[in-house]
Amino acid sequence: MGSVKSIPSPAISTDDRSHEVDHPSSQVMRFGADQPLRLDCGIDLSPFQIAYQTYGELNADRSNAVLICHALTGDQHVANVHPVTGKPGWWETLVGPGRPIDPKHYFIICSNVIGGCMGSTGPASINPATGKVWGLDFPVITIPDMVRAQAMLIDRLGIDTLFAVVGGSMGGMQVLQWTAAYPARVYSALAIACSTRHSAQNIAFHELGRQAVMADPDWHNGGYADRGIHPHRGLAVARMAAHITYLSDAALHRKFGRRMQDRELPTFSFDADFQVESYLRYQGSSFVERFDANSYLYLTRAMDYFDIAADHGGVLAKAFAGIKTRFCVVSFTSDWLFPTSESRALVHALNASSARVSFAEIETDRGHDAFLLDVPEFFDISRAFLQSAGKARGLDGKGG
Amino acid sequence: MSVQEVLPLNGVAAGPSGQFRADHLLVAEMVKPGSKVLDVGCGEGDLLQLLETRGIDGRGIELSREGVNRCVAKGLAVVQGDADTDLVNYPDDAFDYVILSQTLQATRQPRVVLENLLRIGRRAIVSFPNFGFWKMRLQLLIGGHMPRTENLPATWYDTANIHFCTIKDFVELCDKINVKMERSVALDLYGRPVPLNLPWWVWNMFGEQGVFLLSRGQGK
Repeated sequence: MGSVKSIPSPAISTDDRSHEVDHPSSQVMRFGADQPLRLDCGIDLSPFQIAYQTYGELNADRSNAVLICHALTGDQHVANVHPVTGKPGWWETLVGPGRPIDPKHYFIICSNVIGGCMGSTGPASINPATGKVWGLDFPVITIPDMVRAQAMLIDRLGIDTLFAVVGGSMGGMQVLQWTAAYPARVYSALAIACSTRHSAQNIAFHELGRQAVMADPDWHNGGYADRGIHPHRGLAVARMAAHITYLSDAALHRKFGRRMQDRELPTFSFDADFQVESYLRYQGSSFVERFDANSYLYLTRAMDYFDIAADHGGVLAKAFAGIKTRFCVVSFTSDWLFPTSESRALVHALNASSARVSFAEIETDRGHDAFLLDVPEFFDISRAFLQSAGKARGLDGKGG
Repeated sequence: MSVQEVLPLNGVAAGPSGQFRADHLLVAEMVKPGSKVLDVGCGEGDLLQLLETRGIDGRGIELSREGVNRCVAKGLAVVQGDADTDLVNYPDDAFDYVILSQTLQATRQPRVVLENLLRIGRRAIVSFPNFGFWKMRLQLLIGGHMPRTENLPATWYDTANIHFCTIKDFVELCDKINVKMERSVALDLYGRPVPLNLPWWVWNMFGEQGVFLLSRGQGK
């Protein structure tokens, strides 16, 4: 019987990651003591910074800005090579030259959310008051906090109304929060594979992930940074569990089945005999190379707290009452994290609010992750929606 | 419902020519400009486009993904959904008109759908192929086959249409569920209205499709 192998240590040193936390390889907007970020928990965060990328040019009447909101573990590098992993941008299938969101036509902005670890102020940043990493002293943040910070960035960029706000999963939550909080500032909204509230099942999965992080002896109650270590095993387990929820049984079966990894027979050990096991271990270990464990705790918590209806007396339609924004809602048939039924509830609320809404469910067996993959039907819908919104806004002939 | 209660239709630019279908032009003529309209089973959005040219705020529901995609590509506000299951989620009085164009025969519960139309909208416009049309009758009578026409080309085993009715049947249903018929028009094979001074059975025989403007009856 072979030895029990656990998740390998990250190949990239934590130096790369910690450098990006405060000095990202992207643009940074800094907000001083005179412009604090008012958080839902009642604390004013100040000073703080937001790391962001832009692609394309803002037109003369500032009417072609598109804000891309990233998902839980995404960042501002939506359409360029990632500085830590060296991999392509996380949404280069949708964003980029010749893509539905083309920098030739739009001024594209993508920021790292508050609480993130790629240059926006978060638990991995240095707390200016102590000169040490924030860790668990960082205040708990919410999706509305993230959006409030983005709005401050958009203000600074001199943009009054965004032509479109686009995002999937946690990014889709931000899209919905944008429209509920700043309806007049969002001309069109493309909300993908998301929901107006995080379900009990999703909160349960997040709790599993957080407990995995906290159970790692290297976590040290969130104070691992001072010790120069990182709870990579706990975070990798969290990522493995989460990754399963992003896929579907059918997709996993198609990709791996019960095939073995580099062997014919089982080893009768706890090695990664099955291909699906090695795949998950790889997903876990590559994730910890670029992501901070505490940041994972904070961002999953922000998603858990999200419930737009709760902020409007429990009536979802009230959140969108009288809204002029043009909506397009997209879901995927095999997404069990944000199933179509949740998108339908949103669409019904939007209909009840007299909003202008389109909704399509896309048939795929690729699960929640489908929004990040090459799904032509999804791109066609996104392109068409933005083109028609562009036409209505007078961006004729400039729509992707 | 007697024939006398059926109001006359004037000035409809019907005919097979032109950009828009005759029944769509007829429906559009029934809708007051500036209204808010829900088109249930909107297909590829042709009727919604026609309505938009007339300053009508239109929304659509369509079952097929391809149809929804085409609608979105045209800039229309269309959601993917099923008339049989999704209408219950729409609030009362959400629209001025709810249109069901050539879709009634494809629903599982036409009666429930019809009741929902008049709950969601103050008025409903319903058009459907008339199974009492003489060509239909002839195919069954002489040929012994389930009828197929240019507009309904599918064979009996692969059609989405499961609840065919005649104009007469539909009128009876409206009576039964206390729906008021404000206007009713039968269109012939060429999309022309069947003359109104003809008796009801002629409509049922020579109307290839029926188009009805409905509102809630007394006590509804």
